[in-house]
Amino acid sequence: MISAVRSLLRYRALVQSLVSRELKARYRGSVLGFLWSFVNPLLLLLTYTLVFTVILPNKQPDIQPFFLFLFCGILPWTWFQASLAESSGVLISSANLIKKVLFPAEVLPTVCVLANLAHFLLGLPVLLAVLALYGKLHWTALLLPLPMLVQLVLTLGLSLFLSALTVHFRDIQNILSHVLHLWFFATPVIYSYAQIAEGTPLRRLLRLNPMTHVVVTYQQMLFQGHVDHWRGLLLSLAVGAVAFAAGAFLFDRLRDTLAEEV
Amino acid sequence: MTTNAIVAREVTKRYRRFAHRNQLRTLKSALLTGSVLADLKPEETFTALEDVSFEVRQGSTFAVIGENGSGKSTLLKLMAGITRPTRGSLSVDGRISALIELGAGFHPEISGRENVAINAMMLGLTRKQLERSYDAIVDFAELRDFIDAPVKTYSSGMYMRLGFAVAIHVDPDVLLIDEVLAVGDEAFTRKCLDKIAEFRRRGKTIVFVTHSLGLVDKMCDDVLWLSHGRTRGRGEPKRVVDEYLTYVAGGEEALLRSRSASASAEAAPGESASEPGGTGAYRAGRWGGREVEIRSVRLLDSRERERHVFVPGETLQLVLAVAAREPVEDFVFGIGLFSADGVCVYGTNTDLEDYVPRRLEGEAEVRIALEGLSLVEGTYFVDLAAHKRDGTPYDYRRGQHSFRVKSRVKDVGLYRPVHRWSFAGGAALDAPSRRGELELGDDDAGPRSGGA
Repeated sequence: MISAVRSLLRYRALVQSLVSRELKARYRGSVLGFLWSFVNPLLLLLTYTLVFTVILPNKQPDIQPFFLFLFCGILPWTWFQASLAESSGVLISSANLIKKVLFPAEVLPTVCVLANLAHFLLGLPVLLAVLALYGKLHWTALLLPLPMLVQLVLTLGLSLFLSALTVHFRDIQNILSHVLHLWFFATPVIYSYAQIAEGTPLRRLLRLNPMTHVVVTYQQMLFQGHVDHWRGLLLSLAVGAVAFAAGAFLFDRLRDTLAEEV
Repeated sequence: MTTNAIVAREVTKRYRRFAHRNQLRTLKSALLTGSVLADLKPEETFTALEDVSFEVRQGSTFAVIGENGSGKSTLLKLMAGITRPTRGSLSVDGRISALIELGAGFHPEISGRENVAINAMMLGLTRKQLERSYDAIVDFAELRDFIDAPVKTYSSGMYMRLGFAVAIHVDPDVLLIDEVLAVGDEAFTRKCLDKIAEFRRRGKTIVFVTHSLGLVDKMCDDVLWLSHGRTRGRGEPKRVVDEYLTYVAGGEEALLRSRSASASAEAAPGESASEPGGTGAYRAGRWGGREVEIRSVRLLDSRERERHVFVPGETLQLVLAVAAREPVEDFVFGIGLFSADGVCVYGTNTDLEDYVPRRLEGEAEVRIALEGLSLVEGTYFVDLAAHKRDGTPYDYRRGQHSFRVKSRVKDVGLYRPVHRWSFAGGAALDAPSRRGELELGDDDAGPRSGGA
């Protein structure tokens, strides 16, 4: 695990350039270009607002205006979900590179996670601006790096794990989109955690989900302005560390097989 | 003091025969042992390399030769560290750069400039080193004007040039080159070879994997010959390349035979005559009006046995079965010998030698005996022709028959005059120890090049 971190640090210049390439290449040739990083979350927000104010209105009093509450959860979730979806296929789509050039392959899933982190960071000012507009910007927003760090560790670990495993089981790519869909609904993004009664099986299930605590922390810091979910966040950090260790271990074990199997 | 840049000890590499079968089993063994192969039965694996051992001295130029599928590229990947040996050990000393595929990992959407940066870092250059060599890379690739355009707009030649330029400027201690010089135009290939020569002068280690035996002869200090994943020969380039050629000739003897056979089959009447391909290039073909037809050609030794491989000094007889459709009175028979690269070694015909044709009617046999074949080792092609005295061809067979001369003496050129060394006065030399010619026909094996 430590060696994985060390190797990533040694290649940080490469990771950096690849992330910036990823960002540049994504919007190259489009009319809006970099603006898409801002427009994308706005459009996503618009869609959900439409659904949850017109079609399925959520009248829960403590999470109004609901679309703002939604935005606080969706932005980090998108980072998480897109990172996993992309990194599960990244080794296969870079097969040519892995077979022909000697470089640490863990760079590739890492770049997926970091590129999506960049998108998250670009979307954050949009969110903060809208929050400020509604007079909801609190000092607790300064604590955001904490849940981000927890999420980064967790996402990196899962990405390493999935990317290496997908080389052996291509099926994962197909299953993953459904799992992520289900996971989305099992995370309090489009409803509030507080809304689920204590002691119910659903609540217990939610507690087991490390993303729950991450998202709830974001919501508290951004939307509510008071944070009391530290224990949950700590739990997620522990799960994240385990996931990272497991991901790094699996990746390292499968490393030699990657060039042969992709 | 010489140290080794690469040391391989009994390197064996196995691959799975069926990708994406038994995924659970292979994953389990990969997790437990780091290899996908442990739990597979022998028939499910394929051995690409077996017990290959060698060292490459620091600063030397090393070549790996062998037919397709002999394991050359597998070995290169192992040396590059992209895959690991199943058994045995392979260690490389110093920074290594492998030219396996030029421009692997270029992203089509972004500019050449950014791709250079990323490619160079991928090959292990730091940002500082990159800044230092960036201009040299762009100049070498001759892409100054296009460097800010997305790579997807490049021609394949530009793509390769940029890839080569980056790889060569990583300044490795060991450079692995896999047949990549086959791409690009002549000028660029020359430039690459110059750069490689410069590498050699600077004492860097170079490993070639190549089919270009000329290159091996010219540039390499040491050669490894692989055949079906095993070491077949190893050592001084000229010797190994010759062994390799002899081995290939073994297959060639069969090949030459079959080629002769198909040429004879082609001689069936009614075949449309084809004009020779462009002037200058030596290309096999057959043309002429077929008023006189060369029906078959046999290559015989002095004992009338059909052969296709000879040693210098032997007798080679060319026997033509000809047939005239109508009786003719104007006819010439000729032969020509050409080296493999199309140089005319010798040519003559009955007219040049003042034979006066009187009459050719029905079937006939024409025979020319080349006594004491004075040729050095190589493959030779034969032109055979029947034509009029003014040159109008009846039947011209170009390059449809060939033979090979094999020799233990590695003299050079084309022509080997019968010769003898003698020394007098203060020159003291030991005569070669029974170094006669190869014995193929156990008959008139020709002149010994050794002294008396």
